[in-house]
Amino acid sequence: MRKYQPLIASIVLVAGLVLAAWEPSLSAESDVDEGRFTPDQIEHGRVLAGIGNCGTCHTASPDKPYAGGVDFPTPFGTLYATNITPHPQQGIGGWSREAFFRAMREGVSADGSHLYPAFPYTHFKNITDDDLDALYAYFMTREAIDYTPPENALRFPFNLRFLQWGWKLMFFDPEPWQPDPEQGQQWNRGAYLAKGLGHCSACHTPRNAMGAEKQDRAYAGALVDNWYAPALDDSQPVPVHWDSDTLYQYLRSGLSDYHGVAVGSMGEVVHRGLKRAPDNDIRALATYMASLSGDTQPVNTQARSAELITAAQQRARGDLSAGEALYIGACAACHYNSPQQPMAARAELSLNSAVTADDPTNLIRVLLEGIGTESGSPILVMPGYSGLSDTDLVELAQFLRRRSGLPEWKNLRQRVAELRELHRQAQAGTAEHTGE
Amino acid sequence: MATKFKINSRPVTVDVPGDTPLLWVIRDDIGFTGTKFGCGIGLCGACTVHVNGRATRSCITPVSSVANTVVTTIEGLAENGHPLLDTWVEAQTPQCGYCQPGQIMQAAAMLRDFPDPTDEQIDQVMSGNLCRCMAYVRIREAIRMAARRMQAGVPDDEGNTREASHA
Repeated sequence: MRKYQPLIASIVLVAGLVLAAWEPSLSAESDVDEGRFTPDQIEHGRVLAGIGNCGTCHTASPDKPYAGGVDFPTPFGTLYATNITPHPQQGIGGWSREAFFRAMREGVSADGSHLYPAFPYTHFKNITDDDLDALYAYFMTREAIDYTPPENALRFPFNLRFLQWGWKLMFFDPEPWQPDPEQGQQWNRGAYLAKGLGHCSACHTPRNAMGAEKQDRAYAGALVDNWYAPALDDSQPVPVHWDSDTLYQYLRSGLSDYHGVAVGSMGEVVHRGLKRAPDNDIRALATYMASLSGDTQPVNTQARSAELITAAQQRARGDLSAGEALYIGACAACHYNSPQQPMAARAELSLNSAVTADDPTNLIRVLLEGIGTESGSPILVMPGYSGLSDTDLVELAQFLRRRSGLPEWKNLRQRVAELRELHRQAQAGTAEHTGE
Repeated sequence: MATKFKINSRPVTVDVPGDTPLLWVIRDDIGFTGTKFGCGIGLCGACTVHVNGRATRSCITPVSSVANTVVTTIEGLAENGHPLLDTWVEAQTPQCGYCQPGQIMQAAAMLRDFPDPTDEQIDQVMSGNLCRCMAYVRIREAIRMAARRMQAGVPDDEGNTREASHA
C-alpha cells in the first residue's frame, strides 16, 4: 500500500487542482437581440475595438474580419487567435453578456475553460462596464463568419488549460486599475486606455519564463513576434526622448521627426487601430506614455537633435568602410538630413529607434522587407534591400551604429541570417497564396 | 495580381505578380522607357522615379507596394515641365546620358526637401546616383541653377502630383 501513496497523493492533488480550476460554463444562450444595441453604442464599440487593436490579432485575412486564425509562436508552442465574430458555433455568437465580461476580465471562456494570457485579459480587466458593453454590442453586430481557426499546438503540459488557474494565481491580480488622483484628467484617461484596452505593455514589457509581464521592468522593451517593441521607460535608448508632442504625432500619423515611422505590429496599431480613435484620446495616450520616461524637464528638442545629427555626420565622414559605401549608395539619398531640420519622411538614422534600439531586429527587417504604404505612412514607400548579402547588411548595420556613436550589436550576424530566412519563408508563402 | 496606381497622372491597372519590380512594369508593361536599368540592387540610382513625390529606386520596389500611389517618371516630369530639364541642357550636363533620368528625378525630389541646397546637401543626397561619365560637377551646377530659378518663382509643376498623392 505504501508504495502507492505517492500515486494516490498525486491523483488527489490533480483532482483538487482540477476542481479549483473549474469554472462554470455560462449559458450558451446569448443576449443578442440586435435591436437592444443602440447605434451610438455600436459606433463607440467600433472605436474601442480600434484602440484595442482587436483586429490585429483576430484577423488573419482581410476578407474575414475578426474570424481569427492568426498564429502566435510562443516558447510554449503555437497559439491561434479565436473567431470573435458572432457565429453561433465557430465564434462568440452564443456568448451571453456575462460570458463576454468574464472572458475579458477573468480570462475564462464561455465553456468555463481558462484562456491563455496571450489574450490580454490581464489588461482588459481594467475596462469599464460601459466600454465592455459597447464592445459587446460592436462584436455581436459584426458579420458572423463560419471559419474555424486551427487548433492550438502547445507542448505538454502547457496544453492543459486548467493549469492556467495556477498561472493566474501567481501572476494575475484581478483588481482593476484605479485612477490616480494625483494626476490630471488627461493622464488618467491615457493610463486607462494604455493599461486597459490598448494593452501597450503587453508588447513593450519583457516577460518572464512563464510568459508573464515582468512588473519591475514595465515598458523596458521586448521582442514580440519578431518585431522589437522599443523601451518607453527611462531606459529608452533613443537619443531624443519621446515627449507628449512627438508621441502624439507618431500615434496619430505613424511618423515622428525624431524617431522614425511606425512599422510592423506598431504600423498596424497606428494605421488600422488608433486611426479610429478621437484626437483627445490620442493626446491622452501621448500624455501618459510620455510620463513613463520620467522626463519632467522640457528640453529643446530641435537644438538637441541638431547637436546629435551634426555629431553623427562628423563621426561618419571618412569612415571609408564597406558599410559607409553602402550607406552612401543605398541610404543617404533619402535619409540625409540637415541637422537643423530632420524630416519624418527622411527618417534620420542617427536618431532612429530601429538603429538605436538594443536589438537589431527592426532595422534588419526594414532593410530586408522595406516599408509599404499600409505601414509607416500612406505617402512613403521604402524598397527592401534583400538583394544585399548578409555580410553587406551586417556592414551597413555596423556602420549605422558607429555613426550613432553606439556599440556593435552582439547578435547581429545571427539575427540577419534568421530574419532573412523568415523573410524568404514569408515571400514563398505569399507566392503560394496568390498562386504565383 | 492586379495592382492599380497612377503613373504620370494617368490611372493604370497592371496584372503582374506582386513582386515584379516597378521598373519592369514601367518599361515593359506600361511602356515608359525613359527610366533606366542600372545595377538592379538599388545602389546606382539610374532607375529612380517618384512615388508620391518621393524618390524611389524602382528596380527593387515591388509593384505591389505602390498600389494606390502616384508614380512619376522622367516622362511625367517632362509633360509638366520642370526647371531642372532646362538647366540640365543649359549646363550641358549629360555626356552619355544613361544615368540622367535617374539623376534628374533624384534632383527634383531633393529640391522639394531642400529648396535652396548647399553643395554639402547636394553631394549627400546625390551621391547615391552614379555617373560613369563623371558629370558630377555639371550635375551640381544644373541643380544650383534650377534651385535659383525656383526660388525666383519658376514653378515646380509636379505640384499636381504631390496634391494628388494626398487624395
